[in-house]
Amino acid sequence: MREKLAIALAAAGGALLVYNLYQMFLVLPDEAMQGAIYRILFFHAPAAIVGMVGYFVALTFSVLYLSSKDLRWDSLAASIVEVSLVFSLINICTGSIWARIIWGIWWTWDYRLTSALVCVLIFAGYLMLRRAIDEPTQRGRLSAALCIFGCVDVVIVWKSIEWFRNQHPGPVLSIRTGGGHMDPAMERIFWLNGLALLLIAIALVLIRTRQEATTREIDSLRRLAHAV
Amino acid sequence: MGQAIEVDHVWKYYGDYPALRDCTLGIAEGSCCALLGRNGAGKTTLLRILAGLSHFQRGNIRLFGTAPRASETRRRTGFLGHGIGVYEDLSARENLVFFARIADVPSVSQTADGWLKRVGLDRVAAMPVRQFSRGMRQRLALARAFLHEPNVLLLDEPFTSLDDRAIAMLSQLLIESRERGATIVLSTHQLREAMAIASHVALIENGKLRYSGERTQDMLDDPTLLYRLHTELGAA
Amino acid sequence: MKPLYQAFSVARKDLAVEFRTKESLNAAAAFSVAILLLFSFAFDPFSDTIHELAGGLLWLTFAFAGALVFNRGFSRELPNECLDTLLASPLEPSSLLIGKAIGVFFLLLIVEVISLCVFGIFYGMRWWLHPGELALTCGLTTWGIAIVGSVFGALTVNLRLRELMLPVIIYPLLIPLLIGAIETTNTLLIEQPFTGYEWLWAKVLLVFDIVFTSLAVALAETILVN
Repeated sequence: MREKLAIALAAAGGALLVYNLYQMFLVLPDEAMQGAIYRILFFHAPAAIVGMVGYFVALTFSVLYLSSKDLRWDSLAASIVEVSLVFSLINICTGSIWARIIWGIWWTWDYRLTSALVCVLIFAGYLMLRRAIDEPTQRGRLSAALCIFGCVDVVIVWKSIEWFRNQHPGPVLSIRTGGGHMDPAMERIFWLNGLALLLIAIALVLIRTRQEATTREIDSLRRLAHAV
Repeated sequence: MGQAIEVDHVWKYYGDYPALRDCTLGIAEGSCCALLGRNGAGKTTLLRILAGLSHFQRGNIRLFGTAPRASETRRRTGFLGHGIGVYEDLSARENLVFFARIADVPSVSQTADGWLKRVGLDRVAAMPVRQFSRGMRQRLALARAFLHEPNVLLLDEPFTSLDDRAIAMLSQLLIESRERGATIVLSTHQLREAMAIASHVALIENGKLRYSGERTQDMLDDPTLLYRLHTELGAA
Repeated sequence: MKPLYQAFSVARKDLAVEFRTKESLNAAAAFSVAILLLFSFAFDPFSDTIHELAGGLLWLTFAFAGALVFNRGFSRELPNECLDTLLASPLEPSSLLIGKAIGVFFLLLIVEVISLCVFGIFYGMRWWLHPGELALTCGLTTWGIAIVGSVFGALTVNLRLRELMLPVIIYPLLIPLLIGAIETTNTLLIEQPFTGYEWLWAKVLLVFDIVFTSLAVALAETILVN
């Protein structure tokens, strides 16, 4: 059942992505100041949103695991962190490519990118921690604790870096209509692409969760074999 | 006398693997229960849960009516695991003073000095533990476990690698503890010692409790009887 | 008051051991002097621009040297299964964690005092002109490092690759704390008192400390008991 749902979501997300790509490259015009590269925004920002929201959804499941001790919540939390990390990396890489084209530099210490990088480091640490622990109950408990600390820290990191970097202003984006507003046609594709990425993310989470359950099953069979 | 320890349909999982399965055991106040079983049976797992070092997923456990992790329970419990639980870089006296402090013992210095004398370490009280012989460390560990006069003693293979003097000291301490009404649970492979001091026995195999009851004369005469009668491996 | 008494007992024990052996103190102090020396090759110690970097220099030095101190925090409980003995005792896990953090806090402060003296000599900076603000910055930041270091020291204590993982996990989490410390210290090192901007960062440090200390107390049992 879960596999069918994952396939359905991946198919829907894929189809929507194809439609969006068609719209982006063949329908929407280039942006006045940025040219063709502005299209990277349709992946850059939604990936950031999916990644960031994912961390906080993982936080919810981590708390659920700690209160119920049901390892399925832990599997969900870990899968969501893994997928969110991928989307955060997409966010950072696309941001880097955009900066290279527009400003001639691979990296800007803009507070959003810097905060995103810090989030990636924190949750990469989460995955490292999980790999270092063999016993599933201990792994769930400790990674839930790290997720809680990490998510609380993400909030403080975000605001701190924003205040810090606002002392050192960086380049400002300009969109065709100016004043920071996006053209309605572009905004539509922006949100549709966000939806496509979200559907693909959920499909990936479902697949990963199934893998985690299988790993747990193998682990318990191994323990049973050793006990006998 | 009531039940000092009540283990009620307890399951402990490591992931999806049940290390303890549906364990139900009652240990009366003032009794001495020997937990028997082969390596990996679940004896240490059960002891650690009783000591509050590990959580269980299903069932209920009460020590004098309170949960194992409750601070009141831990105040009344003494635990002696595989390690001696003392700091190498502190002196014998400093170790006992520290543990007496956190155990909320009324006269910390007096208690520490009293126990040092009792276990024969008063003349080396100021010496760092790292300079102690193995036997001296074992005696210090006993002092550390018993100094707050616990009502429940949880001992994980206490006779393993003890020298003669430490075995005699431990046996004496256990007798005195029983005389003041303490409840003792000890896991051991040493069947003869177990049968000699225990009033009750419990046998665990593959996480399941196979037998629990009073220690009988038959068990004293033939310590391996339990294994032969109640375990699958023994039957085979 | 009892939990606090227990915490201070743990801190007292740790400090007694550390002052006897001086293992992590010596290593951390030597390491911080080495870093300050290395930085003198990366930047001209007497240039005008050094004042913009000095706060960062100092706090990175303290953070890296601090790893040697908080790494030892819980690992010294592993021999002879002392950690199990403590958890089986009436000592509350939160008191154990706070006690460890108090011990790390005082040891780190000692390393910082030594480093500041060396820093003043190597880089010609008069860091002592606003002692109140400096004490506030050092106190708040050092507590933040101590509590985060102790929490994750507890979390990783029984894991393989503990010493490799601990810095990787901790440093990203400490970023807001270090930014605040750097911004406030930079001002002190150009011999200026705090303005509204620095007081804002001091509040960030305080909020960080309160939030992480509260989280540590709330999750101590989860982290320490399997």
